[in-house]
Amino acid sequence: MATGEIDVKYVAHLARLALTPDEGKKLSAQLGSILGYIEKLRELDVSGVEPTAHAVPMVNVTRADEIRPSLPHEDALRNAPRQSNGLFIVPKVVE
Amino acid sequence: MLNQLTISELTAKLTKREISARAATQACLDQIARVDGKIHAFLSYNADDALAQADAADKLITGGVTKPLLGVPIAIKDVLAVKNQPLNCASKILGNFVSPYDATAIEKLKAAGAIVFGRLNMDEFAMGSSTENSAFGATKNPWDITRIPGGSSGGSAAAVAADECIASLGSDTGGSIRQPAALCGCVGLKPTYGRISRYGLVAFASSLDQIGPFTKDVRDAATLLGVLSGVDPRDSTSVPQPVPDYTKALTGDIRGMKLGLPKEYMIGGLDAEVKAAVDAAVKKFQELGAEIVEISLPHTDYAVATYYIIATAEASANLARFDGIRYGARVDGNDPIELYGQTRGAGFGPEVKRRIILGTYVLSSGYHDAYYLHAQKVRTLIRNDFLQAFEKCDAIVTPTTPTAAFKIGEKSDDPLQMYLSDIFTISCNLAGICGVSIPCGFTKNPKLPIGLQLLGKPFGEESLLKIAHAYEQATPWHKEKAALSPDLS
Repeated sequence: MATGEIDVKYVAHLARLALTPDEGKKLSAQLGSILGYIEKLRELDVSGVEPTAHAVPMVNVTRADEIRPSLPHEDALRNAPRQSNGLFIVPKVVE
Repeated sequence: MLNQLTISELTAKLTKREISARAATQACLDQIARVDGKIHAFLSYNADDALAQADAADKLITGGVTKPLLGVPIAIKDVLAVKNQPLNCASKILGNFVSPYDATAIEKLKAAGAIVFGRLNMDEFAMGSSTENSAFGATKNPWDITRIPGGSSGGSAAAVAADECIASLGSDTGGSIRQPAALCGCVGLKPTYGRISRYGLVAFASSLDQIGPFTKDVRDAATLLGVLSGVDPRDSTSVPQPVPDYTKALTGDIRGMKLGLPKEYMIGGLDAEVKAAVDAAVKKFQELGAEIVEISLPHTDYAVATYYIIATAEASANLARFDGIRYGARVDGNDPIELYGQTRGAGFGPEVKRRIILGTYVLSSGYHDAYYLHAQKVRTLIRNDFLQAFEKCDAIVTPTTPTAAFKIGEKSDDPLQMYLSDIFTISCNLAGICGVSIPCGFTKNPKLPIGLQLLGKPFGEESLLKIAHAYEQATPWHKEKAALSPDLS
């Protein structure tokens, strides 16, 4: 695996994060040193060790399949930056 | 001064009708007016609403109603939804967001009669250890306003330490309750993962986040934990474990209990005064009849690296929802992709961007197994360390932080050094156990609080609080007030 180098521009695109060239440069250097530190985990042999996703494992938590009151439509919309006719307004997606 | 009271002192006076909830609330508001210009613990508060809640509480009290928190003013970290109050996570990206509903923890506070008021400052999206990452300006430490209060719940800790409220709520993903509690000299409790519902808590790292209280003593932490705990159908990670009356565990008797001292925690960077205070606390525990056993947590040295993979990975996914479409601020673009990028680029601060990039990277194609899956396996080793240690002891004793509060700006340009200041608190979240920080002394010059951390078994909060309370009752530290608190000038 590559170490100490992140293609910040590519990763920022994946994260949908517009960065200025200055930000990209600074992040690249800082993340390089953080990744260098993280490399110490390679010292550990984890073969045969199960991964922990949650400290208190709970599986298949379900609820009764019943209709219950939920957030009113207007409440769900009231923080929208742009809305109209009870809908979120977004830029044109399809040409 | 009424704002200096603990929950138990205040409720006793309210029940006897010696004072009113309005007077107690007004005392907190007056204190905010006096000192918050210096420490900036609050992002906002609505005095009229707080006083209206106080009047409603006074009416109930006059009618003979009793509830565990009736008439007690409690302030809230800006990461929990309180209906019709702003919620920003100390970020610009949420714009003028106003919560359309109450978090479960807030519902429970209200049902218990609390006056829920104020939005407390924090590191943006709870990412940081100093509250310097707030988009609205840093919070200062009430013991020395040239120093940080800790983070990310720095506002929650500073507000309690400066007696601007009776208690507060915060959240803890890698130490964000215990570390600021230690640096501000109050009690901060991170309950076991799953103990308190997180419905209405803005998610940072979902496998690590927990809500918890900041209080002026251990009894108040026990009271609040009892109110806040319990399974909730709206949070599938909340655990159906019975909720005891935690205050009943506070007997003061810890004879025969076993306290583990991890040899790995006596690291090089540990400040001499912090070490001396923790050593003295260990002696005090022995005087109280506890038995000290040496334990080993061999994977301690890997905790910070493991944490910064898992926490950033989960954060990068959780923060994807802030895209300028459904809520918050928006920067327009020609197409949705451009809109997302511009909105997030303008809305998030540097530390949040750093963590989103790191988290996206460790989850990206080709690196997922090498980083994220590997870290999850190391997490298993860290968790097993604790489970094995708890076969030998009832709780583990450590410093909460390697040093007392550092200067504002001291570490803000070096993210890795900032991350390493969480070395003692991070493992607790990875292991999913409970932990509390309590005051255990002061540095000499300047006088700054030192925190003692106690770590307990999963759902072992009763033992944890019993031990913390016995120590507190035998020591004077929790009674000392921050320099700023009584300063009326």
